[in-house]
Amino acid sequence: MANLKTSEKKSKAQSMGLHTEVLTGKTQQKFFNPDEAENFYYFGTYDVDFNKRTEIDVKNMDCREANKKIDELMKDGYGTIVIKNPQGKHSLGVGILNKLNLIFEGSLGYFGCGSMDGPIVRINGRVGWSCAENMMAGKVVIEKNAGSCFGAAIRGGDLICKGSVGARTGIDQKGGTIIIGGDAGAFTGFMMQRGRIIILGDVGINLGDSMYDGTIFVGGKIGSFGSDAVEAELTDSDQDWLKRKLKVAEIGENFDVSKMTKVVAGKKLWNYDALEPTEKKGAI
Amino acid sequence: MCGIAGLIHRGNTSNVGFELQGMLQALKHRGEDSTGYALYGKTDGQNFIMRFKVGENVAEGSSSVKEDVSVYDERKKIVDSYLSELGAKVIKEDRILPYSLRYEIQYDKDLMEFSQKIESVEGVEILSMGKSLEVIKDLGNAAVVCNRYNLDKVVGTHAIGHARMATESGVDIKSAHPFWGYPFSDVSVVHNGQLTNYWNNRRVLENKGMRFMSECDSELIAVYLAEKMRNGATLEEGMKESLVGLDGVFTYFVATKDSLGMAKDTMAAKPLVLYESDDLVAMGSEEIAIRSILPQEIETYDPFDGEVKVWQI
Repeated sequence: MANLKTSEKKSKAQSMGLHTEVLTGKTQQKFFNPDEAENFYYFGTYDVDFNKRTEIDVKNMDCREANKKIDELMKDGYGTIVIKNPQGKHSLGVGILNKLNLIFEGSLGYFGCGSMDGPIVRINGRVGWSCAENMMAGKVVIEKNAGSCFGAAIRGGDLICKGSVGARTGIDQKGGTIIIGGDAGAFTGFMMQRGRIIILGDVGINLGDSMYDGTIFVGGKIGSFGSDAVEAELTDSDQDWLKRKLKVAEIGENFDVSKMTKVVAGKKLWNYDALEPTEKKGAI
Repeated sequence: MCGIAGLIHRGNTSNVGFELQGMLQALKHRGEDSTGYALYGKTDGQNFIMRFKVGENVAEGSSSVKEDVSVYDERKKIVDSYLSELGAKVIKEDRILPYSLRYEIQYDKDLMEFSQKIESVEGVEILSMGKSLEVIKDLGNAAVVCNRYNLDKVVGTHAIGHARMATESGVDIKSAHPFWGYPFSDVSVVHNGQLTNYWNNRRVLENKGMRFMSECDSELIAVYLAEKMRNGATLEEGMKESLVGLDGVFTYFVATKDSLGMAKDTMAAKPLVLYESDDLVAMGSEEIAIRSILPQEIETYDPFDGEVKVWQI
């Protein structure tokens, strides 16, 4: 592991958190060399053609078999894959680190589409707990309802549920956007650190409890605010962003965003700005 | 982690034993220490069905002490004599396993007195007493228990069940779910979660004359609801009070001879997926439980925090 040492020289910039870190000792950092670009391999990625389409029926497969099959199809260059009969199975479509159009014709169980980075997923059914957990990038659209811990710890991408979701939506969220067309349960945005959550319907108790940072927009009634969650002014730029985001997400296009409630961290419980240097925050 | 499942056919009967077996077997990864069924079948409504045990299953993995079958025989004899003393007439008797029995009984007096007398025999526990309800629970997964007790042909209106991973108490039948809502006939409960004010509530309820047979925290729900109903509350009122009276994380189902209910704690910390139509309600800890009986695409949802629902047959 790299040994991090900070420069000893104090400066005004440093006191503001804008100091330089010097890496010493062995490091796993790899520097890009254009001469070796052809040999560079990024694990789990393939060249796929979105016009090359196929279908697989996973009725009689377990999640390992189904996920392996998806990987094999991407390896063969398929860019659009339709999954038939998922029937609420757990952990389908996880760990996909590739551009891909993935369509589930049915419902998923727990941890569907978790830890993915890049695909565009459409689920024509419902999802269970922890859908898209740890998603880095991409887009997931769920046509029906979702379970609890929806979008837990996502770092990027768009996660859209056209129906209602359970409790703790966006728990530990670190980036990206979660959009809910219906209602959301208790503890929505619990300990969220970055990113945005949009709920067009009502939301349950303890909204934004112990949130570090990030923004939550609510269209309906709020059960109660959680610890350190406070209402903030909804600006014109917020409204512009909401309109644009809802339009792109093809959800609530005619929704009156001017009446939404904006919720942010009061920063009495946690002060995220004091925890990490600015340059690090920019990289998150 | 445990798994619970339940279903109710409204205005109809079905093979609920087979259906519940499929639902619980789909949840077997949530716990295989024991599995229990509360089946509400068709009866003539005249006689009580008493399911009781005179000992424990001491197979591999059990936390019970092995006893000789002759001890079970001795206990059965005492139960038979007590039934006579109580004025109960045994219409039909089935000894399904050396430690597990099913009696059809004619009895029209106080059930609490009846239960106290029968359970005064060491090692004897009434698993259920009802004119419609039969609780069957034993060690092993849903398929094992179903085969052991021939449950796949049981026809009825509704059922609840539990696949248990033992965390708070022993691997034995007395700690397995469902729990009978003693001393009320036809009341049963299954629970997924942990109750953190179990001992406080238990002491209060024991002082009010309620009985606990195990150290399993989930039994508290059955006793808590029974005590509320004894004091005149409806099932739904008791369930709503439980959201405040019980501390911890829980999703539980409770069934009576003509209804099925669910309650979820105010933190919604335990899972539940629900399917509701005009003629069938099916619910379970995971959607795959419901899919085992409804493989076609259906509308399901997660009930919210602090939600209580009750359906009638």
